[in-house]
Amino acid sequence: MSARNNILAKLRKANAYPMDLPRTEEYYQEMSPSWDNEIERLKHWAKCMRAVKTEIFWVRENNWEETLIQVAQQKNLKNMLVSKNTEHGKRATTALQAASLEVRNFEQKIDDWKDEFFAEVDAGFTSSLCGIAHTGTIMLTSSVAEPRSQSLVPPVHFCLFDTRKMYDTFYAAMQGEKLAADMPTNVILISGPSKTADIQLTLAFGAHGPRDLVVLAVLPEHINPADLEVAA
Amino acid sequence: MNTQVVHFHPRPETFKQNSQAALADKPLRKSLRTAMDMLMTKRKMVLSDEQELQMLRTLCEHVRQHALSKLPDLLVQLEENLTKRGVRVHWAETVEEAQQIIYGIMETHNGKLMVKGKSMVSEEIELNHYLESKGIRAVESDLGEFIVQMAGEKPTHIVMPAIHKTKEQVSELFHNNLGTELTDDVDKLTGFARAALRDIYRTADIGLSGVNFAVAETGTLCLVENEGNGRLSTTVPPVHIAITGIEKVVANLTDVVPLYSQLPRTAIGQPITTYFNMITGPRRSEELDGPQEMHLVLLDNGRSQAYGEEQMRRTLQCIRCGACMNHCPVYTRIGGAAYGTTYPGPIGEIISPHLMGLEKTRDLPTACSMCGACVEVCPVKIPITEQMARLREEAQRSPNENVNYPIKGQGASHSFGESIAWRIFNGSFGHTKAYRALGWFSTTFRALTPPWQLGWTENHVPLKPAEKTLQQMLAERKQNKQ
Ligand code: SF4
Repeated sequence: MSARNNILAKLRKANAYPMDLPRTEEYYQEMSPSWDNEIERLKHWAKCMRAVKTEIFWVRENNWEETLIQVAQQKNLKNMLVSKNTEHGKRATTALQAASLEVRNFEQKIDDWKDEFFAEVDAGFTSSLCGIAHTGTIMLTSSVAEPRSQSLVPPVHFCLFDTRKMYDTFYAAMQGEKLAADMPTNVILISGPSKTADIQLTLAFGAHGPRDLVVLAVLPEHINPADLEVAA
Repeated sequence: MNTQVVHFHPRPETFKQNSQAALADKPLRKSLRTAMDMLMTKRKMVLSDEQELQMLRTLCEHVRQHALSKLPDLLVQLEENLTKRGVRVHWAETVEEAQQIIYGIMETHNGKLMVKGKSMVSEEIELNHYLESKGIRAVESDLGEFIVQMAGEKPTHIVMPAIHKTKEQVSELFHNNLGTELTDDVDKLTGFARAALRDIYRTADIGLSGVNFAVAETGTLCLVENEGNGRLSTTVPPVHIAITGIEKVVANLTDVVPLYSQLPRTAIGQPITTYFNMITGPRRSEELDGPQEMHLVLLDNGRSQAYGEEQMRRTLQCIRCGACMNHCPVYTRIGGAAYGTTYPGPIGEIISPHLMGLEKTRDLPTACSMCGACVEVCPVKIPITEQMARLREEAQRSPNENVNYPIKGQGASHSFGESIAWRIFNGSFGHTKAYRALGWFSTTFRALTPPWQLGWTENHVPLKPAEKTLQQMLAERKQNKQ
């Protein structure tokens, strides 16, 4: 008998009695956090993300490129990895080129340009699928246009986040985005730049992945960025 | 860079000697005390809502018990869904089988360098040691694991493998092995490791990772981490091998939500981890990154023994958060190395006997004061002390006794003298006349009590029978009242 059959036979012999499904939905209906309004929810999300060193910039749909350029220049970046096949990627490309910043594209499989990718790319620019208010998180999915290493290998990760796609909890995001129905190869929840506390429990950022996480949070017209910065 | 493993680790068979040595190590006790106090305080702070905590624990217990109740079916479903996504699933009953499967994959690809994300199961199968004997270099990429590997040690905590090391010790290790400057700046030290490891991700033939939760419904493998080393190890090399114990399956994607909500908070008092990585298959045809090939190794190694019986099965609910060790008065005093097992502390004391047999681990379930702190903090409500008592019983039981669910190594602590002593105790306490005779004998000859009483007098004053038995005192009291 194969190892598979042996293991399964041993487990089946135990004759465990199947239990009812856990009541996860009920729990999240009862225990989900709530906020008085959209502004309070955004403030909570930003507070959690900033607590773990995420840089958040409130931007508008029509001018987020300006902030992208400003921050890139402040950080002295020479280049940025951008998708040439998405709408936001095209807009970022135009803006970056106008500011004389080099634009790199993920044009070939990672295997063919790994050395260059690790050595030369300063920053990666991606969009996010949605945000999670409770834990201060953004959710990204892998795609042909934005491969998963675009947000992982470069030392700085810029992420464009439409704040209208904010969910209260991970559970709500999972249900709202119908993740289980068609999982991409990679879904990643991100709550800050790479960090570690493995040496004497002392927190240090930039362990392996991006040292900086910059979120360009796109606000709808009815929200004033100044309201989000007023102390809670 | 020297990251070879040195093999002179303590063994569980010598647990008593190991713990005595650890107790004498004052700096170790000091750093453990400080670290555990901090972890306990941080956990308390992020789980301060008692109602939420208790409801979440109940839900998480239910999620894990539900999955275990259907374990064989869920494993088959997981295999089907992974296969559909192009993942090759391998089953290993023993440590040797798992080692050979992984080596076989390395060999097919003519691989010489493996980069490893954090995986306790790979520690369990001593993968680094095995691959080294085959001429393959395996480099740990989790910073804590990287440090202990460099020191030629084993992790002493399941979440923070290098918790026993000071920054000065780490600096010296890096200086000797990576040629870096001596410093006590943790940021700098982290930077040195980052530089060394980014070359490894880039050049590794294979990336290996563990699995926090495997979702049967979607064929998804979930990884919880802060550093990004898990993401890099599973994304950059052309082949990804994941390894997990068979118990890590959950039924549905939504099941991971409450478990993930508790894991970082219970483990290190952190509200959320930096990354939660959900991998569903290798790179698809048009995709530009991710592994071209992906494997999952499902390891039994004694878990099916624990599964065989209802009470023991609850051991498998564990989500490896490490909270039980952070709160354990024994672990806090002796540290993880003394256990000589992959999993130390309370969870190690109840899982190791299944993985290694009671012959080797018989002393572990006795390393417990039954204070119950571990039970109180366990996010999935494993009755750890109950398991401990059961394993003590199994270790004491006669090796020849026929039982329904025999445990490997049954009777490993069985002693003829002790069983006679218990029989005498039972006989005398169960029969009035014998009990009275014993009382008379003990009080009359109390002067003859030996001053040395086996292990008891090592830390206590000798036990001496009272001058009068309880019956005598009660009788006197009655008389005085009349
Ligand atoms: S036994 Fe409970 S507390 Fe201990 S590691 Fe497992 S889940 Fe955590």
